[in-house]
Amino acid sequence: METPATIDRQAAAPTTRPRLGVRGWTMLIVLAVLAIAPYLLFKAGHGFYLDVATRAVILSIAAVGLNFILGYGGMISFGHAAYLGIGAYSVGIPAYYGVYDGLVHFPLAIAASALFALLTGAVCLRTRGVYFIMITMAFAQMVYYAFVSLEEYGGDDGLVINARSRLPVIDLESNIQLYYLSFVSLVALLYVVHRIVNSRFGMVVQGSKGNDERMRAIGYHTYVYRLVAYVISGAICGYAGALLANFSSFISPEMTYWTRSGELIFMVILGGTGSLFGPVLGAVGFLALEEILSSFTVYWPFLFGVILIMVVLFARRGIDSLLGPRDGHG
Amino acid sequence: MAEPILEVRDLRKSFGGVRAVDGFALSVSEFETHAVIGPNGAGKTTLIAQLSGMLKPDSGAIRFRGRDITEVPAHRRSRLGLARSFQITSVFRDMTVIDNVALAIQAHAGHSFRFWMPARRDPDLTEPALQMLREVDLAERAHDLASALSHGEQRQLEIAMALATSPAMLLLDEPMAGMGPEESRRMVETLQRLKGEKTMLLVEHDMDVVFALADTITVMVDGRVIASGPPQAIRSDEHVRRAYLGEEGG
Repeated sequence: METPATIDRQAAAPTTRPRLGVRGWTMLIVLAVLAIAPYLLFKAGHGFYLDVATRAVILSIAAVGLNFILGYGGMISFGHAAYLGIGAYSVGIPAYYGVYDGLVHFPLAIAASALFALLTGAVCLRTRGVYFIMITMAFAQMVYYAFVSLEEYGGDDGLVINARSRLPVIDLESNIQLYYLSFVSLVALLYVVHRIVNSRFGMVVQGSKGNDERMRAIGYHTYVYRLVAYVISGAICGYAGALLANFSSFISPEMTYWTRSGELIFMVILGGTGSLFGPVLGAVGFLALEEILSSFTVYWPFLFGVILIMVVLFARRGIDSLLGPRDGHG
Repeated sequence: MAEPILEVRDLRKSFGGVRAVDGFALSVSEFETHAVIGPNGAGKTTLIAQLSGMLKPDSGAIRFRGRDITEVPAHRRSRLGLARSFQITSVFRDMTVIDNVALAIQAHAGHSFRFWMPARRDPDLTEPALQMLREVDLAERAHDLASALSHGEQRQLEIAMALATSPAMLLLDEPMAGMGPEESRRMVETLQRLKGEKTMLLVEHDMDVVFALADTITVMVDGRVIASGPPQAIRSDEHVRRAYLGEEGG
């Protein structure tokens, strides 16, 4: 027999565990395809496309990192390419001095990005709306010009990295192993972001997106929570930057240019802001569109622009909105 | 007499040349329901903003529970036990009703740097949230999006969120704003239930509500107090009749 207490408990918990649904299946299928992508590509004789797939997975990581603050926290950073650059230079500069240890590169990339996010975020998060967009962009441009001025590391021209990061067990000189490191990182990241978004911390970040004044009125010092979220986001993109440097064996200031930040935002919007998997769909969709459109015409960026406008006008939540309405549970 | 729970002295705030609040004073004792009334533009909204910490006064002092809170930021006032509801409904529209309340409970359940366990399945948050919703008759809508609630229900939710911070005192900024008669009746019932249990400062337009609920009424005109006292005294006060009640026919 049900006592009143058990009834309460049922009402208090979101009915049953949410079932997988279209959205969940899409995620599983896309991840499954990505998991066997190298096999499929070589089988089909298009081994070259492994490069595209690797880029897509690495940029997915960055897009998930950006979406964490943009989609869930309402912080539209127009400067996230800076973290890709900082992460990449954290691989390139040690390599220039002959330090190839991945256990130096990756922690350094994460720490340097987190530190930069902390320092700049502390300033940026005092502003809102358009000002926030502009100031994040300004900081990223500062990074760009700082890298340009580093003559020792190639300045404008950038720097070729002679060997990829050395890690225990795996060998990143193998393109397939680099792909799988990126892919496993992405899957782990999705799980971690899923946990954070639904945790108490995640609820505070989402609340301050919806209504910051109300959050303060019920007792949250939202600034601190937003800053921590910003640092997490920067660290994720820094990690993606370290992967990117390994992938291209080359670093240059161009990685941090403001158009790069714009591309990251485009990926997030294309996929659907504020959904866990949307940014991955966006990054994959972005690179697929780039490949397809550029094979038709050299004016492909123009077509790209048209598509972006269409997405913003007709599919507010991007590709994710094709997967049906979302309930209140992120 | 015991020390008042909230005491405001000589509060001032100007915007450019306009003196919105101009030497306002107020004293609210514990468990009292105190209403501030006044015509449009009297400075009531500015007053609430200063009491809740969203606006900094130019001068004057606010004491709450024996402590000077004039310089204390909004989020810390909430922690000291001063809760606020908003004139323009201010709920988290993209979240479910229960999430709204749980978020308010969470604000007062230690820090929120907890990154791993799902907040929506934490009975320490969901159970008191549901209890709170029952108190304002919204338990059945717990899992609907807040944006799906009617205006009146959103106002009820607004109160539930303020209550969820277990405040010593509620600042209610026009709780009846924009409500139909039926919705107003429900809200008055809710407030009637809270009366005597919580100290309330009510800023309200609706005269029937004010005279039905308040123990003390302070009349604010041009940023200043022109009268303060029990409802009967206010009703018969000459200044008030001339400055305010007469015009609105209350």
